[in-house]
Amino acid sequence: MSCGNSGVAPLVFGIGNRDRGDDGVGRHIAARLAAAGLDAVEHSGDGADLLNEWPRDRAVIVIDAMRSGAAPGSIRRFDAVAAPLPAGVFALSSHALGLAFAVEMARTLARLPPALTVIGIEIERVATGAELSPAVAAAADRLVAELMDERARGDRPPSLRAAGEAIQG
Amino acid sequence: MSNAKTRTIKVDALARVEGEGALDLRIRDGVVTELKFRIYEPPRFFEAFLRGRMYSEAPDITARICGICPIAYMLGASQAMEQALGVAVTGTLRDLRRLIYCGEWIESHVLHAAMLHAPDFLGMQDAFELAKVHPEVVNSALELKKLGNHILEVVGGRAIHPVNLKVGGFYRAPATAKVRALIAPLRRGITQGAELGRLFGSFSFPDYEDDYTFVCLKHPDEYAIHEGRVVSNRRLDIPIDDYLVHFQEDHIRHSTALHGTTRKGEPYMVGPLARYAMNYEQLTPIARALASELGLGPVVRNPFKSILVRMVETVLACEEALRLAESYTEPAAGAVAITPRAGVGHGLTEAPRGICYHRYRLDDEGRILDARIMPPTSQNQPQIEADLRGVVQANLNLSNDELQWRCEQTIRNYDPCISCSTHFLKLNVVRE
Repeated sequence: MSCGNSGVAPLVFGIGNRDRGDDGVGRHIAARLAAAGLDAVEHSGDGADLLNEWPRDRAVIVIDAMRSGAAPGSIRRFDAVAAPLPAGVFALSSHALGLAFAVEMARTLARLPPALTVIGIEIERVATGAELSPAVAAAADRLVAELMDERARGDRPPSLRAAGEAIQG
Repeated sequence: MSNAKTRTIKVDALARVEGEGALDLRIRDGVVTELKFRIYEPPRFFEAFLRGRMYSEAPDITARICGICPIAYMLGASQAMEQALGVAVTGTLRDLRRLIYCGEWIESHVLHAAMLHAPDFLGMQDAFELAKVHPEVVNSALELKKLGNHILEVVGGRAIHPVNLKVGGFYRAPATAKVRALIAPLRRGITQGAELGRLFGSFSFPDYEDDYTFVCLKHPDEYAIHEGRVVSNRRLDIPIDDYLVHFQEDHIRHSTALHGTTRKGEPYMVGPLARYAMNYEQLTPIARALASELGLGPVVRNPFKSILVRMVETVLACEEALRLAESYTEPAAGAVAITPRAGVGHGLTEAPRGICYHRYRLDDEGRILDARIMPPTSQNQPQIEADLRGVVQANLNLSNDELQWRCEQTIRNYDPCISCSTHFLKLNVVRE
């Protein structure tokens, strides 16, 4: 099944809260990608709602703020089809069900997209109404450039490549 | 185990509730000697930082008290201001308010009943275990929650902390076609809600009842959600303006949330069981048929069956939202005009968890001089403790683990929103 859609570019979700400083970085990036013509949407990050929005036949990228202890502005990619997200890293929301809930509930219900890449950006501060901090804004610039470049090259996320190879095999 | 003289049960952080809290329980010679439902999240000072802000800012500021039920705060604040400023929101704008409130009931009730409370009845730890055994339940719940969220988006501009509500109505009324597009999913929602209700109806319910004081809104023409008078099953029938004459909040040492009681100092219950008992005659047809099918009489006194009443109310909210969506035509204006003036206003609506009361005093420019907000969980807190005491006393034969489970289930009967009441659960039990 995924072979038929493997040429379609991933759908990007940028999640977070734009009114909480760096927590909104995912949404800032999604807005810039959408303005550049990529399929990218902003989302609140409500886990129950997010998994309802994931397509079943198309690769998905989720960009979210992360707090892992790395240097602010660090970017990490997680193949969420291959393994659960590390505990606590994406638990910034004050709401009960977040990104980790969405990923694991989708896995339990066999509703994961064929590829699901979570890109985390290490944040510095989540002050109400604040702008992005300089390190995080710079990381946003780098990630936008990377994703545009990957789109131009037609790169596919690792889990989709694996799925495609397995199917072809 | 049950013969030991002293038993201690400690729950240091309760799961599957909104916010953080704990429960300390001490049992000596088979008698509960200490029971504290502790809420230890820091106070949030909303009432204090509303002072000096304009009347128009209160809905958006108070919405931030809760991400699950912002409409309760936005409408409570808006309606209080409208009363103070002498304006009435009627007709289609009133219908839109009821419609968006139905959306909030749907998403909040389904989230709690299916994802947080149902696992208690199945001996499961969480919604993931539920999803493995009953994926259809979780899929239906997710779809219904999405429907509730979608109503908030269509009417309120976004699902979490909507941006389109204001004192006087809406910044912009939604287009007719967008509201009418809710009709098909709402028809499906009625069916899905009833199916979930039937499945929950097959649960085994602990045998426990109490003679509760039920307090809620009542309206002559509809199952009250956002307007009406305050009534109780103790023959109380008062305008919302008199709420503080009959109900009070007290500071207690073990909780950062205030404890709500009647003026006599007695606990009372707000929420689904209260509304159902006092407004049973006004249930919508399919909701009423579901209640009957589930074996629920006109009054439900078993708090564990609140999960069934939540599903009856979910179906009711879908039916009401469907009726409102079918008759909707975009109005010429999204809001009524407001002229600031000095005054005092009260707003009281039925949040999914029960009564949410607001009172504001304004100066002649419309600036807030003081504010008072009573969220539902702080009002239910003494009743939750009373239930726990009763449930523990009736189940002393259970092991500590079983007793802890039953206590947590008892607390979740109330869908406590600790985040709102200041914001909740750890359980500590001592058996002496």
